[in-house]
Amino acid sequence: MSDMSTTMTADNGASQTLDFHASGDYHAPNGTLLGFWIYLMSDCLIFACLFATFGVLGREYAGGPTAAQVLELPIVALNTTLLLFSSITYGFAVLEMRANRQGLMMMWLAITGLLGAGFIGLELTEFAHLISIGAGPQRSAFLSSFFTLVGTHGLHVTCGLIWLVTLMVQVSKKGLIPANKRRLMCLSMFWHFLDLIWVGVFSFVYLMGVLP
Amino acid sequence: MMSNHPDLAKLIFGRLTIDQLPLKEPIVVGTFAVVALGAIALLGVITYYRLWGYLWREWFTSIDHKKIGVMYIILGLVMLLRGFSDAVMMRAQQAIAFGHNAGYLPPDHYDQIFTAHGVIMIFFVAMPLVTGVMNFVMPLQIGARDVAFPFLNNFSFWMTVSGAVLVMISLFVGEFARTGWLAYPPLSDIVSSPDAGVDYFIWSLQIAGVGTLLSGVNLLTTIIKMRAPGMTLMRMPIFTWTALCTNILIVAAFPVLTAVLAMLALDRYAGTNFFDTVLGGNAMMYVNLIWIWGHPEVYILILPAFGIFSEVTATFCRKRLFGYASMVYATVVITVLAYLVWLHHFFTMGSGASVNSFFGITTMIISIPTGAKIFNWLFTMYRGRIEFEVPMLWTVGFIVTFAIGGMTGVLLAVPPADFSLHNSLFLVAHFHNVIIGGVLFGLFAGINYWFPKAFGFRLDPFWGKCSFWFWLIGFYFAFMPLYVLGLMGVTRRLNHFDDPSLQIWFEIAAFGAFLILLGIVSMLIQFAVSFMRREKLRDVTGDPWGGRTLEWSTSSPPPKYNFAFTPQIHDADAWWQMKQHHYQRPLQGFTPIHMPKNTGAGIILAGLATVFGFAMIWYMWPLAIISFVALLATGIGHTFNYHRDYYIPADEVARVEASRTELLASHV
Amino acid sequence: MSPSGDLAVQQRDLIIDALILMLLIVVPVIIMALAFAWHYRSSNKKAEYEPDWDHSTMLELLIWSAPLLIIIALGALTWVSAHKLDPFRPLDRIAEGKPMPADVKPLVVDVVALDWKWLFIYPEQGIATVNEVAAPVDRPIQFKITATSVMNSFFIPSLAGQIYAMPGMETQLQAVINKPGDYEGFSANFSGDGFSHMRFTFHGMSDSDFAQWVQQAKSNGSALSREAYVKLEAPSENVPVSYYASVAPGLYQDILTHCVHNDETCTRNMKSSAESGAMNARKDSSGMAEMAASHP
Repeated sequence: MSDMSTTMTADNGASQTLDFHASGDYHAPNGTLLGFWIYLMSDCLIFACLFATFGVLGREYAGGPTAAQVLELPIVALNTTLLLFSSITYGFAVLEMRANRQGLMMMWLAITGLLGAGFIGLELTEFAHLISIGAGPQRSAFLSSFFTLVGTHGLHVTCGLIWLVTLMVQVSKKGLIPANKRRLMCLSMFWHFLDLIWVGVFSFVYLMGVLP
Repeated sequence: MMSNHPDLAKLIFGRLTIDQLPLKEPIVVGTFAVVALGAIALLGVITYYRLWGYLWREWFTSIDHKKIGVMYIILGLVMLLRGFSDAVMMRAQQAIAFGHNAGYLPPDHYDQIFTAHGVIMIFFVAMPLVTGVMNFVMPLQIGARDVAFPFLNNFSFWMTVSGAVLVMISLFVGEFARTGWLAYPPLSDIVSSPDAGVDYFIWSLQIAGVGTLLSGVNLLTTIIKMRAPGMTLMRMPIFTWTALCTNILIVAAFPVLTAVLAMLALDRYAGTNFFDTVLGGNAMMYVNLIWIWGHPEVYILILPAFGIFSEVTATFCRKRLFGYASMVYATVVITVLAYLVWLHHFFTMGSGASVNSFFGITTMIISIPTGAKIFNWLFTMYRGRIEFEVPMLWTVGFIVTFAIGGMTGVLLAVPPADFSLHNSLFLVAHFHNVIIGGVLFGLFAGINYWFPKAFGFRLDPFWGKCSFWFWLIGFYFAFMPLYVLGLMGVTRRLNHFDDPSLQIWFEIAAFGAFLILLGIVSMLIQFAVSFMRREKLRDVTGDPWGGRTLEWSTSSPPPKYNFAFTPQIHDADAWWQMKQHHYQRPLQGFTPIHMPKNTGAGIILAGLATVFGFAMIWYMWPLAIISFVALLATGIGHTFNYHRDYYIPADEVARVEASRTELLASHV
Repeated sequence: MSPSGDLAVQQRDLIIDALILMLLIVVPVIIMALAFAWHYRSSNKKAEYEPDWDHSTMLELLIWSAPLLIIIALGALTWVSAHKLDPFRPLDRIAEGKPMPADVKPLVVDVVALDWKWLFIYPEQGIATVNEVAAPVDRPIQFKITATSVMNSFFIPSLAGQIYAMPGMETQLQAVINKPGDYEGFSANFSGDGFSHMRFTFHGMSDSDFAQWVQQAKSNGSALSREAYVKLEAPSENVPVSYYASVAPGLYQDILTHCVHNDETCTRNMKSSAESGAMNARKDSSGMAEMAASHP
């Protein structure tokens, strides 16, 4: 034992003065944003699986309608615009949050929510139309994977909307306290993430599906 | 009432009728009676000693990572008993069902048993045990006071319990899947399996999967963000390294399982065509996707076990771990390669020779870092002073057993060899060889190693050694015959055999299962005996084994806040270095400690999830809607709770630390 | 491990070679584990003790390169054998030292895994059998394999390795039997309640015995019409061996494309489907593997 500690001392000349405690009132940094980001990455993998599934089954029409026959680009273009704009308006909300202007922030959040609701409304209309013409998810593997991929994204946007409303209530009750700001930042990541996924859906499913 | 209003009954109870209760099957009724009596006895004891309040306040609602870790381990051990009784039933059936003897289990029951055995052992034994050990040990090893998201931790645990509860319910209400543990379609589709079994499978795994995924996010964030100052990545204890890699694997693999099970559920519930070849679906896609999750899952289980062996070997050899850096790189390489090998689970599906060889060779490459790890442990033993405490016995048993299991695994990775051995009992023997010999031995080593840290007294070594020897010898008796049978071309999941010359091998295997039973019983006795002799086995130092990492620097059991002062790290063997420098505990200067508050939200949410899952399984749509809305409302309601933390006052910290000082002084 | 077909012989030899290669490293590991554990036990005070020795570049090189070398050897063996013993690949020899005659045509057998029995159709001979299959010795056999409802695995251990039988897809097995005899065959992939009894006998026969066996089926069997097939398709267990003297034309192709019932499930009627009929298992699964591998 004794000869060992001498080796140690020999190895580290300054070792006698090692401090074994963190100085002062040490606080581990908050991990919420990182944790939420990791969660988003795992969510991204769910979408990756759905995209891969669509990649495998997207041309399996089983005698049913093809993508070019049932997907209507103008509506989807409008839809895409709504969602992309909602990302921008959320960005404005975050800027106002940074400036601690609660009223303006709430306004931008409300606009974001309306745009998101518009997106969901249009998507539901599209789905209802498809089902009404006999192109429901049961018709073919293409439609199964289409409805599941687009629907999962829509479900996420819906969750985002519920979250948005909840946060607006919370901000109006508690103000822009750090906890609320953190939550707003998480939702911001979530919202932009869904935008990004939608860009993938739009190009991969709609554009590539409709174009020959 | 049911007969009066059939429509109403159908609306409320869905497809659940009184016929779904297996009242006509004596084995199930008997099991139910035993389980029910046990449960009544347990509840009675808790009520008699007025423990409900204590359990609720101190355990069920606890967000303390140590308590959650312990609860995970208890869950895993309880489910081990269930999974093992399934194993015994299978071994008994296969040992007697020859020629005219059909055995005692009809196929529909036997098929449920091997499915449940696989599902339970992987999802509700190995996973909770691994997660539990990581939860308990890792924050202590990195010098943190809790995990990054303490409430989420509690919620994750209860979601895992919820999945386990659904599996247990399937034993008595309806049936479990009869498809094998991965429920390949088309066998698991609604045409071939119209009963509730596969739905139990889907919903229990989806609900438990939420818990697993969130726990992965949580522990990963904890390791990245909450390491004590000075603990660079290359100063993390090896167990923490393996926990890091395992949680990366969890976060990157479980979403795939979620997605593929969701597709299977949609096929069954909504009539989609993902896996139905008739309307363009592709069942091979299910097999691919589920193994893209399934193979990393194997490493999710084994990596923490490797971490445990590393800690145990260094501690009991009284020596620094040999090749720390190569150990780390080996772990990382395994993590990456884990995603590149999934196809080796179905070479026989008919992919081309080049695809098969690619996946065969990537699989073999994994054995290189694994081999390096084994050599590292061997060279840690080399020139050490090995003390054969129980954890070290498990470690040596592991090295020998795992070498064999690894070898048979690489053999199966050669595609033409796999064409003869795939789905045979050789394969069954191989994965039990690595999962029992690797994962379980590791977890048992870990439980014996960290038990004193969790409870303040060591486990009785005599019964620990009994348990080890019964398990080890039992393992060889149970699985070596299966290797032989597999080489003879005997396939798995059969419930009857024609060739009487095979019977002797199954009888030997059944004897092995009996020895393992003795091993499990010894372990239970070990817990009981240790509890009764706890004063004799007491660990007052906090460092009963002469440990090397931070968890041994605090008391056993650790205070709520783990460390009165956040440690500063200078070396991978932080505590060893502190001891070398004759570290003195500070006795004053305590400050208030910021801690999270307990909450009942986790258990309530998971309870609602159980109801939701049950309602979905039985098509009870009104109940499903109600429970789902309640789930959502409770979740949102919980976010309105902003009072989630509190400060432990400095004088309370001082009091706790002073009592430890006294204890240490009285036992010098 | 008692092979009678050339493929099974080669697979057995491969297993033995691979095992020997691996034992080169596994045996020393086990010996070292036990020897180190014994020698460095704490009660042996004579053993060296170096508590801070934790690194040796030489040793580290060795412990990474030793498994690496074994795996390089094994990898080469894998690459060569996986291509040589690929079940889809036409045979190039009858047995060791017996090259494939140039003019020989393989015996085609269409295999259908039903719930829970095996149907074998011989297009060349125009017969079909249930739960019994025969082939002349030393003539290459081409099994074309599919299934009706769930996945099975077609396996005759003494003949060759197994391959999955999947509904709507076709896999192949090219093999040859070298010794006459009765061999066990079965499904090696769990397929439901009747799985345990999904067994059949494979007869290796001389040419004359085989001709007689075919004759016998022709004279004793009934006709396998579409109606008879639909009846046969219904789930049943422990089905006795039976013979069919004739087979409805195109039956196997119809089974493969879900067209026996001639209703909306028939994939051949789905014009916009990418290919005319059933999926080729090989193309799809390898294509998918490549796709998934390139995916994050």
